[in-house]
Amino acid sequence: MPDHMSDTIPFSAAPHVRLGSSSGQPITRRDGVLKVTGAATYAADNHPAGMLHAVIAVSTIARGRVASLDVAAAKAHPGVVEVITPANRPPLALDPDVKHGMFGFRFDALQNDRVRYAKQPIAVVVAQTLEAATEGARLLSPTYEIEPARIGFDGGEHFDPPMVSIGAPPNFDRGDLAAGLSAAAHLIDTHYETPAQYHNAMEPHAIVAEWDSDRLTIDTPNQAIVMMRGAFAEFFDVPAENVHLRSPFLGGGFGSKAIMAGPHILCILAARMLRRPVKLVLPRDQMYGPVGHRGATQQHLRLGLDAEGRLTALEHHALATTSSFDDFIEAAANASHNLYASPAISTRHRAVRVDIGTPGPMRAPGEASGSAALECALDEAAAACGIDPLEMRLRNYADIDPATGRPYSAKALRACYAQGAERFGWAGRPLAPRQMRCDAGHLIGWGMGSALFPAPMFQAEARATLRADGTALVETAGADMGQGAWTVLAQIAADGLGLDIEKIEFRSGSSDLPDGGVAGGSGHTATAGSALHNAGTDAIAKLAEIAANDPASPLFGTGNAGVEARNGRLYHRSDRSRSESYGDILARAGLATIEGNGKGGRDPAAAEARAMFSHGAVFAEVKVDPDLGQVRVTRLVGAFAAGRIINPRLARSQLYGGMIWGLSFALHEEAIHDRRSGRIINADLAGYHIPVHADIPEMEALLIDEDDPYVNGLGIKGVGEIGITGTVGAIANAIWHATGVRVRRFPIRIEDLIG
Amino acid sequence: MNLFDYVRPASVAEAVAAGSQPGAAYLAAGTNLLDLMKGGALRPGRLVDVTRLPGLDRIETLADGGMRIGAMVRNADLARDPAFAAAYPAVAEALLSGASPQLRNAATVGGNLMQHTRCAYFHDAASACNRRDPGAGCDARGGENRNHAVLGWSDACIATHPSDFCVPLVALDAVVEIEGPDGRRDVALEDFHRLPGTTPERETVLRAGELITALRLPPEAGGFRTHARYLKLRERTSFAFAIVSAAAMLRIEGGTIQSARLALGGVAAKPWRAKAAEELLIGAAPTVESFATAAEAALTEAMPSGDNAYKIELAKRVLKCALLLAADGTPRRMPALPASVFNFDTGCHSHA
Amino acid sequence: MPLSISLVVNGVRKDVVLEDPRVTLLDLLRERVGLTGTKKGCDRGQCGACTVLVDGRRINACLALAVSLDGADVLTIEGLAKGGQLDPVQAAFIAHDGFQCGFCTPGQIMSAVGLIREGEAGDDPERIREGMSGNLCRCGAYVGIIEAVRDARKQLAISANEDRRVA
Repeated sequence: MPDHMSDTIPFSAAPHVRLGSSSGQPITRRDGVLKVTGAATYAADNHPAGMLHAVIAVSTIARGRVASLDVAAAKAHPGVVEVITPANRPPLALDPDVKHGMFGFRFDALQNDRVRYAKQPIAVVVAQTLEAATEGARLLSPTYEIEPARIGFDGGEHFDPPMVSIGAPPNFDRGDLAAGLSAAAHLIDTHYETPAQYHNAMEPHAIVAEWDSDRLTIDTPNQAIVMMRGAFAEFFDVPAENVHLRSPFLGGGFGSKAIMAGPHILCILAARMLRRPVKLVLPRDQMYGPVGHRGATQQHLRLGLDAEGRLTALEHHALATTSSFDDFIEAAANASHNLYASPAISTRHRAVRVDIGTPGPMRAPGEASGSAALECALDEAAAACGIDPLEMRLRNYADIDPATGRPYSAKALRACYAQGAERFGWAGRPLAPRQMRCDAGHLIGWGMGSALFPAPMFQAEARATLRADGTALVETAGADMGQGAWTVLAQIAADGLGLDIEKIEFRSGSSDLPDGGVAGGSGHTATAGSALHNAGTDAIAKLAEIAANDPASPLFGTGNAGVEARNGRLYHRSDRSRSESYGDILARAGLATIEGNGKGGRDPAAAEARAMFSHGAVFAEVKVDPDLGQVRVTRLVGAFAAGRIINPRLARSQLYGGMIWGLSFALHEEAIHDRRSGRIINADLAGYHIPVHADIPEMEALLIDEDDPYVNGLGIKGVGEIGITGTVGAIANAIWHATGVRVRRFPIRIEDLIG
Repeated sequence: MNLFDYVRPASVAEAVAAGSQPGAAYLAAGTNLLDLMKGGALRPGRLVDVTRLPGLDRIETLADGGMRIGAMVRNADLARDPAFAAAYPAVAEALLSGASPQLRNAATVGGNLMQHTRCAYFHDAASACNRRDPGAGCDARGGENRNHAVLGWSDACIATHPSDFCVPLVALDAVVEIEGPDGRRDVALEDFHRLPGTTPERETVLRAGELITALRLPPEAGGFRTHARYLKLRERTSFAFAIVSAAAMLRIEGGTIQSARLALGGVAAKPWRAKAAEELLIGAAPTVESFATAAEAALTEAMPSGDNAYKIELAKRVLKCALLLAADGTPRRMPALPASVFNFDTGCHSHA
Repeated sequence: MPLSISLVVNGVRKDVVLEDPRVTLLDLLRERVGLTGTKKGCDRGQCGACTVLVDGRRINACLALAVSLDGADVLTIEGLAKGGQLDPVQAAFIAHDGFQCGFCTPGQIMSAVGLIREGEAGDDPERIREGMSGNLCRCGAYVGIIEAVRDARKQLAISANEDRRVA
């Protein structure tokens, strides 16, 4: 088996790269030097003069009230400046217990002495040094009136949620489920359980807040800078323009840095109260409470299949945990809506209130958990029907979206299956489990799964300013949490302006720029990229108009549709000899710059007419020690079709990242609650496992060519989340194929396999 | 972390004097102590920095053929010492299977012996723990105890000792050299860590102020170098504590086992020597059957302390596999993944 | 109890007065001498983001008391590039896209430098993976990191050979 597989695939440009285009080129990251030299500035790296350190004291109970805090002991510790508790916490303009907007979550900012989850903030200690603040927080030695913690699926009240995820309906029906089930030759009735998972970005949540009169500067990693600026402003009753939120680099987000949480507000409050800059960085263990997580699910699926393995009915029910005081319901069952053709589809969500912090969106929210169960259930169905798992999926291939009946905007999933299977060497896989062993005696298994993720767009704005020196400034308040916005958005902007990327100065990551929307939902490149591209074409149109109306220009009289922008010059479309540089046009017009503005967003008509998704297929090989049950994934091959790829090098990294998250979901991640106390007993990175280098095998991510003319003008979908979907199932199915053991609870552990 | 006094003594005698004060703790690399202090599980009033004490950083071959390792020798340096790794390959393998390269570069031999349990309830200052706070109770009983002890536990404590290093060492009859207020003494490593009984807070036999100065391997320990393995089962391929581990070392002559040394990790509050199993193997042939019988014997006294009955079966299998590996012979080179089940993956082909 | 210590950091002597002995090497670098390239991911030796070289060896700066390291020679990510020239490990991380968010990157790079100096992993990807397993990456840039370490090691080996020939 070669261990150099990825070495043999040099980075090449994406197919159909236009001549002179930056988009499609595998350039290295524009922020690369900053990141490899330690010069990239993350929020916690800021240290304004006179800064104090804040540390949050968190509850050790999951439900009840704080009865006492030893404020005197904390204040007596050398270096402690102030202790903030509900007793002296200054007022906020808004109530943290009232939801504000679609992305507003209730949060805990010392509004009262109530405790509703473990690791909830109950006080803030501010000190001259981090060491003093940390010890001061411990010296508060809280006592509590404890109420029994409600933990686990059977621990709390079940209810029918009015919506799931963010604003999605909880239930869905299409076709006659009962008829489909009764007509089935094979019935698969199965269930899967997924645990609570925590984002655990390598960068802990951090904020540095500084007030200057009623102007606030905050350094904090954020996935939706301009929206959050507004939210912060409202809580402190200042105009939005008085708040400057800087977030040039996020040390990972994965959804947890898209929303406001108590610690942010508490740090800003402390800074205002003490009239000093304050820094607050969550210790790792405090990331298992107030900043969201992926809720646990129990899923029940029933698949009806005819004798040839075609679905006659698909039913997917999910029960998901949420907090006692707010709703975010992991929309797991919705994973069954859009992937497999079935005459009847029925999905339901229920939820259970437990004493945990409110869940939130976490990389592929809903899809990750739901796809894990669906892909395993499909594998069970393939086994029951005696059909190869890949053939099973081909027999149930959906040529139109099963949920809406709409055509797909583009769907190159067949090519993903074919090329992924070819690259992996899927052909000849024995149907029955426990058929393959290596020389060392390890069981080998092969499994696969389909990957699917929506291709949404949000709203974004951008500005492009052409300068007389032939360079351009492009601006949007985007967010780079590792996906590569600093690079790919600049590539798109360069094309919009007809400039080499070296001529592009790109400003981003700051709330004083045009609203770049949210980096989430795998929609940031498409949305902010469209805005930037449109801003560029707007500037070029203005420039063309000047040239076309200027008798001294070689382009005089062309009309702006008759020119093409390339490499810093406008060319006459049909007469290449007629051209002029941007700088000359501006100079003659007496202009130092010319500005264009653009917006990005989905065309509503296209959205009504087409179903828009990225697709993929993932193939996994595992080895399992037959006696000891230890599992190692030895190969992972994914093939993904996600519209136009702006930067193959960075897209590959995104897909790898998603696939590694899938591996992590399948084998590693689980927050373990003590059911008596409600505390998570592995709230760190030693007990809460994510994969290490040695867990990551040879991987490949094939980028399958897909031209999507409907998704947006640039043909861009997203690649940030799809890699998880498909991979979880592929690995679990490979473990079944290796061992014959179908594990229905994630993560799959040694003890599950030694039976 | 609480405020503490920091002292850096210049000699072992000064260190012992400083370490004998109430509330004092010895600080070596601090990889375990500082972790526990940050979490609030330990709050010593004084740290006595022993990292620069003269003479504690040597690896010496003794006249009798044994070796002495100073307490301040770093784990990585010991594992890389050619004489040591050649004489005690299972110990080197165990060392390299523990923690991470960064931690092994810092952590010391003495500190490894002194490391505390990974029991989450010991680490969580808000949980009841008799080991941390005598008489408080044990929240691990009836809690999340999938990875807890199956041997030698008591109602007061079901924690396990996390060391990899100590597992083969205890099987090799290593001896701990100790300096204290009353002078020098030697303690067999097997007697060094205590089972919890009713006093789990007394984790070792060290008395107040006593300091580990060295570890000694007796001459016989070098006799197993050709058939010595450590096998460690874990939920990640690397950088994870053992669920169960086993050290197996054999002396085989003419197809017959002359002598065996066996120990288990992750099953008890101390590295667990399996002497009864060793004795069963003397004179036996190195076969799957004899290894299975030995493994069975090693776990006869095992009892689940919670949701961990699976560990008993697993421990038997790990010991049997470790014996099979040892019988195959010590690898010529340290495996790429020390102590992993995924090492002996030679010539592996998917299309089996 | 203020304590005076002296370290050589990236070749520059730093005399620091600590308010008290609790300060770790990591917090000293980040909060007291303005070297924020070294990151705090877990503060408990579980993630490797704070990896630096102390007297030539890679360790977790979060679990080392600064006062205990008085006199030590410390190399951080800021000291790796020489004269505006990236170290081959840094350059290889860029070429192989061995990072995404970049937060674990200084630790990954310092760990890779340490691994290559230790000299045991060679070109064996499995040994490199094992030797880098003290550095977590949540974005999942592991594939690129291993490619980068292999590539940088080769380049360093070539230039070392050239140095020997010149000598």
